[in-house]
Amino acid sequence: MAALHDVAIVGGGVVGCAIAHQLGRYRLRVVLLERHVEVGFGTSKANSGIIHGGHQASPATLKGRLEWEGNQQWGPLCDELGFGFRRVGGLTVALSDDDLPVLDHLEANAAAKGVPGVERWDRARLLAAEPNLSPDVVAAVRSATTAVVNPYEACFGLAESAAHQGVKVRTGSPVLAMATDGDAWTLTTPQGPVAARFVVNAAGVAAGRVAELAGLDRLVVHARKGEEYLLDKRLEGLVRHVVYPCPSATSKGTLVIPTYDGTIMIGPTADEVDDPDDLTTTASGAERVLAAARRLVPGISERDVIAEFAGVRAVLAGEDFLIGPTEAPGFLHAAGIQSPGLTAAPAIARLVADHLRDAGLLLEEGERPSPLPRPLRFATLTADEQEQAAAADPGHRRIVCRCELVTEGEVVEAIDRGARTLDGLKFRTRAGMGRCQGGFCTTRCMELLSRHAGLAPTEITKRGPGSWVVCEREAPT
Amino acid sequence: MIDASPRMLYERYDVVVAGAGPAGLGAAVAARQAGAERVLVVDREAEAGGILQQCIHAGFGLHHFGVELTGPEYAQRVLTEALDGGVDVLTDAFVLDIAHDRRVRLLTGEHGVATVASGATVLAMGARERTRGAVRIPGERPAGVLTAGLAQRLVNLHGLLPGRRVAILGSGDIGLIMARRLTLEGVEVVGVFELQAHPNGLSRNIVHCLHDFDIPLHLSTTVVDVHGRERVTGVTVAPVDDDLRPQAHRAWEVPCDTMLVSIGLIPENELSRQLRLRLDPVTGGPVVTSTMETSRDGVFACGNVVHIHDLVDFVSEEAALAGGHAGRFATGWQPPHDNVRLQPATNVAYCVPHTVTTERDHTVYLRVRRPLERSVLRLSTPDGRVVHERKLRYVVPAEMVNLRLRASLLEGFHGDALLVEVLPR
Repeated sequence: MAALHDVAIVGGGVVGCAIAHQLGRYRLRVVLLERHVEVGFGTSKANSGIIHGGHQASPATLKGRLEWEGNQQWGPLCDELGFGFRRVGGLTVALSDDDLPVLDHLEANAAAKGVPGVERWDRARLLAAEPNLSPDVVAAVRSATTAVVNPYEACFGLAESAAHQGVKVRTGSPVLAMATDGDAWTLTTPQGPVAARFVVNAAGVAAGRVAELAGLDRLVVHARKGEEYLLDKRLEGLVRHVVYPCPSATSKGTLVIPTYDGTIMIGPTADEVDDPDDLTTTASGAERVLAAARRLVPGISERDVIAEFAGVRAVLAGEDFLIGPTEAPGFLHAAGIQSPGLTAAPAIARLVADHLRDAGLLLEEGERPSPLPRPLRFATLTADEQEQAAAADPGHRRIVCRCELVTEGEVVEAIDRGARTLDGLKFRTRAGMGRCQGGFCTTRCMELLSRHAGLAPTEITKRGPGSWVVCEREAPT
Repeated sequence: MIDASPRMLYERYDVVVAGAGPAGLGAAVAARQAGAERVLVVDREAEAGGILQQCIHAGFGLHHFGVELTGPEYAQRVLTEALDGGVDVLTDAFVLDIAHDRRVRLLTGEHGVATVASGATVLAMGARERTRGAVRIPGERPAGVLTAGLAQRLVNLHGLLPGRRVAILGSGDIGLIMARRLTLEGVEVVGVFELQAHPNGLSRNIVHCLHDFDIPLHLSTTVVDVHGRERVTGVTVAPVDDDLRPQAHRAWEVPCDTMLVSIGLIPENELSRQLRLRLDPVTGGPVVTSTMETSRDGVFACGNVVHIHDLVDFVSEEAALAGGHAGRFATGWQPPHDNVRLQPATNVAYCVPHTVTTERDHTVYLRVRRPLERSVLRLSTPDGRVVHERKLRYVVPAEMVNLRLRASLLEGFHGDALLVEVLPR
């Protein structure tokens, strides 16, 4: 019989990681199960990285309430965990008088929820602050609370902190079957059974399948794909705010986003897809995103695109989040977490904890371990700090990734923290994420994985089983 | 390869060169010959030689050394010249930034962060490859999509294969070379797919790397979809119409486990941007005078950082010019300013240098936009007076045209601009 956990969290996206981090505060035995080789490798890594201002979603919805609560929790969370967070502000831009009612609506949302710093900017003020915006702008709602984070850094930070607090984080562990005896659940994984009194379904686009394994039906999760296009870092400063068009019923539309890492990202699309694992980018998606982004910022050129990717939002009928207990005893949903899911994640985690308490779980605060050391980011240091870092550690005297200025020391530290794949290194350190897209640093990252993780080159993958990178030469016959 | 890194760094050098490929090493040698005493070349790799290190095929050096060499042999020759010529070559050293007063901040494995002053600076950082992202190929993002240059590095320097069945997008020279190289390694190369109606690589590479190995070259055809969740399982290719739009109804599937991308090179101009040099939007490199000086005094540039060369031999010529002038600049000699601007016109994509003087002879490198069978290279004044004409046999965008522009040709020319055109005869 497997050791009994208090809680098993199914899904290591940003929601599952936030729940793991929250539950890690209590004297509980918690396990997080993630099917991918790393946490955050599903929808979360394709997230836009925006902490929405709190005024975007209607106060009448659960997601609208949690958007504002989550917004307020991200700042302290980032301070605690030591990852990047910047309140860049948001601008929802009206391109014609027809858009003005949308701005009224956003101001009403802010008033109803008590979101401060939401104000109307006229055209002159808008263009003075953001000279690269289209001359067609009429007015905008500016929100001071809108922020950007790095979504995969947030996942790694939350999961590593959870693990530091004693949560077991198991990656490469899809849940294959589930059964309950009324007191406890047994989850079958390729590594063996996992037993837990409570199960939290934070499986994102797979939440319907996980619910089905638990014997529940009728949880229909629609997959709504979003394609994002990343522009060259040289455009840093093109916009300073997150720029939103006036939103439609199903989507906030195509945004122009100054990401935490200094690149400009444009997107996402919002297309219903049948296959929740459909992460293809399309010619039509690229055309639509570029056209929509150019309506906001006409100077954006397709020549500046360095990479593109897609993620799939988990959408329930009614478009709201579904969080709380189900008919199956001990089985809770944190499902349908589409936008503003990243923003709401810390608040979702607290709400899940509340539901677990209501269901009879004792939440007793444990001792807080000393915080984990913050990984060094050579590229963000001042010249003096770089000199000190290089003097102190020979690992910071050699650049592995020239585009993003990542040192060998940073890559080795990421391996020490658990990275075993090229994407794992990329999302932890940014090595390979820049304009050459790994052209120069791939072989160096492979050498470091070989040396520090003991992987043969042919064992190294891009992102887990099946995604092999190189093969051996045939032996001469 | 010999690699004699200096044990200590001076506070000031007459000339500091960024990049120890053929351009940087050649410039350093020329700077010494021109009178510069202390010349430092820095390179981020563990060994000097630049990208030639991984180009183990032959075909280098026929123009410059009069003998056919492999890439590493060519690199060894220029490195030996540099070391014999008294140049300091510092490898495992990354240029963090260059200040406007030409102080160069380095990150070195040996010394940590070090700052050195320079009388003149030569930019010779080379180029990087365009990636899948640059052409936005739709589809999935599995492992097994890589640039031809990365595949070359894996095979030639690490003894590893990128896959077993390979499709190549783009007919750039590195892709053609790799088609042959992988075939020799027992890898199946299923075809080269080129968007344009004409190949993007040298004719000799089309013949020796594709035709000789029966590797099909599909012109006016491109990859429109990439398949495979974890690893590439195939690509969809389609012919394109005259406007380069794919014709979906004529598409076909190509099963493969790897797609190499060989769609051109981009000059590596991060340092140039940081120095706020004037850049040419066509070449992607800095605008240079006839001494290879950029828009900032005392900052020179040569090689692929200025424009993409077909042959390293011409890089060496350009490097000698840039390094010689950098050496003279550092020792206080200022050449007369250029007085004629070269203006690319009909069927000319760009000219390097961007300006010339009527007082010296020059070599002008240019590229055409479209292939022409029988053509004429014409220099004329903006008001239409022909100054010089030269017949050309067969021009293609993939092959650089060299124009020997003698001062005598411009005798009696008093304008400030010359139109450069390549016209049908």
